[in-house]
Amino acid sequence: MNLDHATVRHIARLARLALPDGELDAVSADLTQVLHLFDELQTANVEGLNPLAHPLDVTVTLRDDAVTETDRSETLLALAPESQGGYYLVPKVIE
Amino acid sequence: MSAPFASIDALAADLAARRVSARDLAERALANARRHAHLNAFIGVDPERALAAAERAGNARGPLAGIPFAHKDIFCTKGQRTTCASHVLENFIAPYDAHVAERLDAAGAVSIGKTNMDEFAMGSSNENSAFGAVKNPWDEARVPGGSSGGSAAAVAAGIVPFATGTDTGGSIRQPAAFCGVTGLKPTYGRVSRYGMIAYASSLDCGGVLARSAADCAHVFAAIAGHDPRDATSAARAVDDVAASLDAPLAGLRIGVAREYFGAGVDDGVAACVREALAELEKLGATLVDVSLPNAHHAIAAYYVIAPAEASSNLARYDGVRYGHRAAQPKSLDDLYSRSRAESFGAEVKRRILVGTYVLSAGYYDAYYLRAQKVRRLIAGDFAQAFGDVDLIAGPTAPTTAFRLGEKSNDAIAMYAADVNTVAVNLAGLPAISTPAGFVGGLPVGLQLVAPAFAEARLLNVSHRLQQVTDWHARRPEGYA
Repeated sequence: MNLDHATVRHIARLARLALPDGELDAVSADLTQVLHLFDELQTANVEGLNPLAHPLDVTVTLRDDAVTETDRSETLLALAPESQGGYYLVPKVIE
Repeated sequence: MSAPFASIDALAADLAARRVSARDLAERALANARRHAHLNAFIGVDPERALAAAERAGNARGPLAGIPFAHKDIFCTKGQRTTCASHVLENFIAPYDAHVAERLDAAGAVSIGKTNMDEFAMGSSNENSAFGAVKNPWDEARVPGGSSGGSAAAVAAGIVPFATGTDTGGSIRQPAAFCGVTGLKPTYGRVSRYGMIAYASSLDCGGVLARSAADCAHVFAAIAGHDPRDATSAARAVDDVAASLDAPLAGLRIGVAREYFGAGVDDGVAACVREALAELEKLGATLVDVSLPNAHHAIAAYYVIAPAEASSNLARYDGVRYGHRAAQPKSLDDLYSRSRAESFGAEVKRRILVGTYVLSAGYYDAYYLRAQKVRRLIAGDFAQAFGDVDLIAGPTAPTTAFRLGEKSNDAIAMYAADVNTVAVNLAGLPAISTPAGFVGGLPVGLQLVAPAFAEARLLNVSHRLQQVTDWHARRPEGYA
C-alpha cells in the first residue's frame, strides 16, 4: 500500500519542500518503493546491540576557550540573496 | 616534454630539470580540458586562476609542486564558484577554502577547475548533476559512475594527473572502477571535512582519484592529517605511505569475501577480479575465503542513514543566507519551501523526503535506530574478518559502466549497484579501487578494504599489482 497523501504532505511540510497536489501520487508511489527496500532490515537480529552513530569511537576533544573566529559578517552577508543594514532579510513574520 | 598521461613523479622530474614549467603543464591541462569539453567533466574551468597558481608554484617544494589537478565541485575554493552540481548553489562564491584545498595549494599543486558530480554527491552515475551528465571516456554512451564522475573522467581522459573526490557510499571507488583509474577512500576522519559540502556527515570522506597508486600516495600524503576545524578529524599521526609503497607482499593475507561475488555480480567482472587476485598471489599474498554475513543488509542500512543525515544537513539551504531564493515569498514558510523545491533536483528531494520520514515521530525506532544497530553488525563483520586477514577483496562494482539513461528512472536499481561499496563507509574503513582488467573494452575495478588507518597497506598492494600488470596504464581510444 502506498503512503497516503496526508502522510506525504506531512513529510514534505517537515522537510520544507513545496509539493503541488498534482505531484502527490507520484511522490507517494516513489517513497513507498524506497521505504519497501528497508523492510529487510526487520530480518536482522539486532537484539542487545547499541546503535552505531559514528564509525570510529572518537571522543570529542576540548579546545582552549579562545576566540578563533574573526568578524567576517560583511563577507558572509554579501552571499545573502537579500540583506540590509547588516541583517538578513526575510518576509515579515510578526504582523 | 613528458606525455599527458605521465606519472606525478615523471612530471616532477621534468619540472625539477626545467624541461617543462608549471605554466606549461597548466596550459596543457587547460587545452586538454577544452579539447575534451564534450565529456562535460567540468562545471568550471578557470584558466586565469590556474596560471596564477602555476606562477606561485615555482616557490613550492615537494612532489606536487607545479602539478595540475582538478577539484570535485564539492570542495569550497575561496573566491571561486562552488556549486555541488546544484541549482541551489549555482551562483555561490565560496568565502573560504576547504582544508583539502588549502593543503593542495600549500603543496604547490595547480587547480585548473572544478569537476562535475551528482548533485550534493547523491548518485552513482553522475546523471543527477544540475549541469548535465558526464560521459565515460571509455564509451561515451556510458556513465562515468558517481558521484565523483567528473573527477574520474578527467583523470581517465588524461586532462589532469589527479583529481579530488569524496566518498560517502562509494563515490570515489565506483567511478574509479568505471573509468579505469585508481581511487582511494581514506579512513573516516583521516582527511578533514572542513569546507567539504556536507551530505551525510558520519560517512563523508575526502580522497583522491589518480592514474596509479603511487600518484594517489602523493596526494594522500598532502591532504591527510589532523584539522581542529573538523571535530571528527583523527588526531593520530599519518603513516608515511611513500616509504612502504614498494614493500614485499610475502605473508600478506587477503580475505576474499564470498558475499562480494554474489547474485548480480557480472561473471566477466568476477573473473577479472579473480585474475587480479591471482597476480597478488604470485607476488606472495595468500588468499583466504572470508564471510561478511551481514553484507546483504548494507544497502538498506545505508539508504536509511545517509538520507537521514542528508535531510538534516540540507536544511541549511533556506533561501536566506546563501543560495537560491524564491521570488516574492508570501511568508517565511513559503520562502523556505519554494526556494528548496525550485532548486533541488529529483534525487536530492527524494533523499530529503526519505530521510525526513525515517527520522519522524513514530518511524524513528523502526527505521533509523534499527539501521544504526545494523550498522554495528556490519562493522562487526569487518572486525571479525580482520582478525584473520590483512585486507578484504572483491569487485568494486557488480558490473562495468552502465549506459546513460539505463538506470536513471529506477532509483532502486541505482541503489542496488552500490552493494559492494556502502558497507565500507558504514564501518568507516579505508578502501581502494584499483584497475583489474576489462570486460568488453570497459574497465573493471578490484576493491581492497583495510582496517582503519591502514591506507599505507592499500597503496602498497595496489602499487605492487600495478608494477606487474598494465591495466591502470591503458588509455581509452582517442585520448592519447
